[in-house]
Amino acid sequence: MNKISIQNYSLQYSDGTESLRNISLEIPANQITVVFGPAGGGKSSLLRVLNRLNDLADVIHQEGNVYLDSVDILSNKLDVINLRRQVGMVFARPVVLPFSIRQNLTYGLEVAGEKDTERLNYAVENSLHKAALWEEVKDRLDDPAIALSGGQQQRLCLARVLALEPEVILLDEPTSGLDPISTGKVEASLQDLKRDYTIILVPHSVQQAARTADLAVFLLQGELVETARGEVMFTNPQDQRTEDYIQGRFG
Amino acid sequence: MKSSHMRHRQQQFGFSLLTLMTLFTVIPIAGVVIYILILGTPAINWEFLTGFPREGMRAGGIWPAIVGTFYLTLGTSVFAVPFGIGAAIYLSEYASDNRATQLIRIAIINLAGIPSVVYGLFGLGLFVLFLNFGTSILAGSLTLSIMTLPVIISTTEEALRAVPQAFRTVSISVGATKWQTIRRIVLPQALPGILTGVILGLERAAGETAPILFTVAAFFLPRLPNSPLDATMALPYHLYVISTQVPGMPIKIQYGTALVLLVFVLSMNIIATSIRSRARARRQW
Ligand SMILES: Nc1ncnc2c1ncn2[C@@H]1O[C@H](COP(=O)(O)OP(=O)(O)OP(=O)(O)O)[C@@H](O)[C@H]1O
Ligand SMILES: [Mg+2]
Repeated sequence: MNKISIQNYSLQYSDGTESLRNISLEIPANQITVVFGPAGGGKSSLLRVLNRLNDLADVIHQEGNVYLDSVDILSNKLDVINLRRQVGMVFARPVVLPFSIRQNLTYGLEVAGEKDTERLNYAVENSLHKAALWEEVKDRLDDPAIALSGGQQQRLCLARVLALEPEVILLDEPTSGLDPISTGKVEASLQDLKRDYTIILVPHSVQQAARTADLAVFLLQGELVETARGEVMFTNPQDQRTEDYIQGRFG
Repeated sequence: MKSSHMRHRQQQFGFSLLTLMTLFTVIPIAGVVIYILILGTPAINWEFLTGFPREGMRAGGIWPAIVGTFYLTLGTSVFAVPFGIGAAIYLSEYASDNRATQLIRIAIINLAGIPSVVYGLFGLGLFVLFLNFGTSILAGSLTLSIMTLPVIISTTEEALRAVPQAFRTVSISVGATKWQTIRRIVLPQALPGILTGVILGLERAAGETAPILFTVAAFFLPRLPNSPLDATMALPYHLYVISTQVPGMPIKIQYGTALVLLVFVLSMNIIATSIRSRARARRQW
């Protein structure tokens, strides 16, 4: 069953160029879909469509349809706040909010009106477990989050998304600033998480794409060149441009 | 060899020159403060601080002027702080960056440069005469507010803009509304900067003579105001009066008054500076 369905979607920012051009893509539930390609290809733009974060950018034109569980998420009648709770996002640079570790995790629930301490505490512990961070921070939940290492901060950002119990998790180059060990931890978490969530990942390298992809999507200058199962895409790509990119011949 | 020695000498000379120039800017400031301290301290006693002026202001105290300046500062903050911060939030967080908002910004910057006596005349025309508030604390506070607003708006806007954009994006991405983001993240993070701006603005209001000259200040009024529609004495104007308008005024009363005004304004400044440096030390970004 496909979680997300993107149909003939195009996007244009105020600079006038089409950052996404006639994209059609079915994203399956409970798998890791990897969106990769050279810089400026529109990977981040595509992720930001899915939680309507592009509402903050100066988009001058978009067309096509995007459905989440057959709900039209581009509709201007959509409850965007609710969508953003269903579709969480982890950014390239770990951005912890200027609060304690605990408050970073409860923030999303509190703005949604949750006041019950028990439920908040449960969310804190549960999300930290899922992000494989609990053991490292359980004794200092009330310390400022900024005191964590870069890798821990990024897992906290993942936990912050998980605390909202979303259905879809978007990750935009989540390990680009991390060392190999922290990167490994994040990737391992994702493999665990896909049982419960639909995961869409923009990797920071082709190697990471090949390691993690169930489904792989190659984006080149706003155009969707090729979609294939991970094992096919990285061994036997169909399009010459995909092959050139994977072989490192450009980008 | 020789040329490296020369360069070293030149550098030494450059440093000495800069040190000297810095000293020259500090000396007059320190000089003014010390001069006022020396000449003013003998006047300071309980009666001077809490008494009413007597014998044509040549004796007694300056209590009504202290109270007046306090009320005016308070009144100014009542009007200028909410409007200033509100306008800054609007400009920084809500207004789109178009011609109109650019025009508003330019207007605000220019308002800050208008001579204070012009504000005084404006206050006289609008508040005292047209709105018929008379020479009153209300009219004076409103006039001072208009003068202070640009300072508060621009420093607050700067403080808001200094809060990293990434905090806003993250907050929105976990389902917060724009207002929740502002209230829970942006404002608390910008608060020290806002407070600093507010205090510096009010400090300027407390020390100005020209805007209160036609709108509130009384030449000699040896009683305390008991409503916002009363006129009042105020420290800067009182200082002007006793320094220029009253023959045979004892020097130490003039400098005593200057000292009180200086302490009033400087302590606000010190509070602002300490808020700022403490916030810098605690800041997490
Ligand atoms: N907020 C925005 N406003 C205007 N143009 C934008 C905005 N975001 C992206 N673009 C443009 O859209 C195009 C695609 O950018 P996008 O960030 O989606 O690419 P990307 O594949 O994520 O690149 P990278 O690998 O560098 O992160 C670029 O040409 C970029 O300049
Ligand atoms: Mg990107």
